[in-house]
Amino acid sequence: MIKLEVENLSLAYGRNVVMKDLNFQVSPGEMVGLIGPNGTGKSTIIKAMSHVIRPHSGKILLDGKNIAEIPRSELARLIGVVPQMPLLPSTFTVFEIVLMGRNPHLGLFQYESARDMDITWQAMEKTATQSLAERRVGELSGGEIQRIVIARVLTQQPKSILLDEPTANLDINHQVEILDLIKGLCREANLSVVITLHDLNLAAQYCDRLILINKGRVHAQGTPGQVISSSNIGEVYGAEDCVYVHPVNGLPIVLVKEGNNQPAGPEDIPGSNITPV
Amino acid sequence: MLIMSDNRPKPSAREGSGAVYLPHWRRRVYTVLGLLLLTGVVVTFATTVGSVQIPFFTTFRILLSQLPLVDITPSWPGTTETIILEIRLPRIILAGLVGAALAMAGATYQGLFRNPLADPYLIGVAQGAALGAVIGFLLPIDSRGWGFGIIPMLAFTGALVSVAIVYSLARVGKVLPVTTLILAGVALGALWGAIVSYLTITSGETMQGILFWLMGSFALSEWSEVRVVLPYVVGGATVILLYSRSLNVMQLDEEQAQQLGINVEKVKLILLIVSTLITAAAVSFVGIIGFVGMIIPHAVRLLWGPDHRFLLPLSLLTGAIFMVIVDLVARTILAPTEIPVGIITAICGVPFFLYVLRRRRTAVFF
Repeated sequence: MIKLEVENLSLAYGRNVVMKDLNFQVSPGEMVGLIGPNGTGKSTIIKAMSHVIRPHSGKILLDGKNIAEIPRSELARLIGVVPQMPLLPSTFTVFEIVLMGRNPHLGLFQYESARDMDITWQAMEKTATQSLAERRVGELSGGEIQRIVIARVLTQQPKSILLDEPTANLDINHQVEILDLIKGLCREANLSVVITLHDLNLAAQYCDRLILINKGRVHAQGTPGQVISSSNIGEVYGAEDCVYVHPVNGLPIVLVKEGNNQPAGPEDIPGSNITPV
Repeated sequence: MLIMSDNRPKPSAREGSGAVYLPHWRRRVYTVLGLLLLTGVVVTFATTVGSVQIPFFTTFRILLSQLPLVDITPSWPGTTETIILEIRLPRIILAGLVGAALAMAGATYQGLFRNPLADPYLIGVAQGAALGAVIGFLLPIDSRGWGFGIIPMLAFTGALVSVAIVYSLARVGKVLPVTTLILAGVALGALWGAIVSYLTITSGETMQGILFWLMGSFALSEWSEVRVVLPYVVGGATVILLYSRSLNVMQLDEEQAQQLGINVEKVKLILLIVSTLITAAAVSFVGIIGFVGMIIPHAVRLLWGPDHRFLLPLSLLTGAIFMVIVDLVARTILAPTEIPVGIITAICGVPFFLYVLRRRRTAVFF
């Protein structure tokens, strides 16, 4: 159980500031989604939160402690990351890759124990990757690689998980499987989860809170119902009148139609039978 | 048959734990010990071969008699002992050490750079050493051919200075991008190579000595050289082995490695310094022996897998065995003429490597 706090975070590549004054908190057992158009700096936030890049200003706190002051191996026991489209070495077997999640728990000369193997094997069971154990990574599909990396982060047994587009390469059944799994873990093990998603519908369905980012600034923050509104989506994505209500659970859904995605024009788009919210 | 099948491990023992998918450390340690034994046998055999024929068991007993706590009454002439202990053995041990150093450094560089073409000479060690050595040849100082003297010292200095320049060129703030490092190394290496070529063709009568050095040779090896190289190889290998699991994780990529708890920049710097030192120590005495540092780690990876915790020690031993055999061929095949060992490494090594590559051609290469 760990609380994540982002305080006045600004991020920059060289002099190019990509994110300004970001503030949010994630409590244990909570799943927070980062959404926004491509190139708004969602992935950069994930990198900063795992201390792969240094903040331009501001800080990230884990239970009140600045992550810049936590040694790498300790940080890796607290925060696990599922990177977007991870590169994996093709000679290692799937089992060896997943087992690497135990690295922050092992001493200098320590060989993986039976317990490490068990943890790995259970993580592979949860992600349905056991049948791939002996395969080499070079032979796998994008979706399989995505599941392996999620298995690896489970093997890492962190208190908080950061995921960068974990469903980008997956079919809808696997998208739901993975997000169900992450949501379940978040609730059961009280993990603090931060996830970036470009699919607004998945974000609305799964996240407790959403942070809508546009052009390096927070545009809106709150529950899916508050953030995914017709006006917000129109302002950020330029897609007018496309937010509806999910017929089953009442959460917002985004439906687009041909010619929908025009920068806020004066004319109404004709031909719709359903009335947008 | 019945007894054998009873002794087989029960498949149910750890089934369902995934442990079957990683070779048990004990099995891997047996492989290392097996190769260690083979190294001993190859060294002993190599010591028996030479212009004076000495039977294998006499050699074996002479070597044994040198060990502490072993008491064997000499039943052999003193000259035989001198040939074995003062002429052949230092040369063979040095060959083994150099082979071990180059293979180990090669495996480290390949892991560090995640590049199958990496070898110990990639970032300018060899070319720097060559330049230092050639300057040594041309200085009007009597350094007794190319024995232990001014040349190894200049070669060692040249190697370290070269890598230091490459490093400072490639470094960006606190970060060392691997691609920049390789590019700077290759570029600077080409510059040193050009200077070496120019100095060589204008060197007149020392040209043959220079060419022999550049292709590598273990002739004129002495214990004094072994005593210098040994601490580098032992110390360097120990440090590298400490970071072998980090090297495994770094195969993912630097970002993922950091997220799995590796201090990537620190590991890169330490491994770079250490493998540069052992490579420089190796080439300074025997010249630029190519090919071993690149091919041995690949062969080991194809045979025993990519886990650096075993890839590194197995490369070290395989490199030592390979180099002792290659040197044996180099000094015997056209005896009394010696062939530069760098030529034989390619002639012996390539068929062996291609055989391994063909046999395992279904496996992914790197």
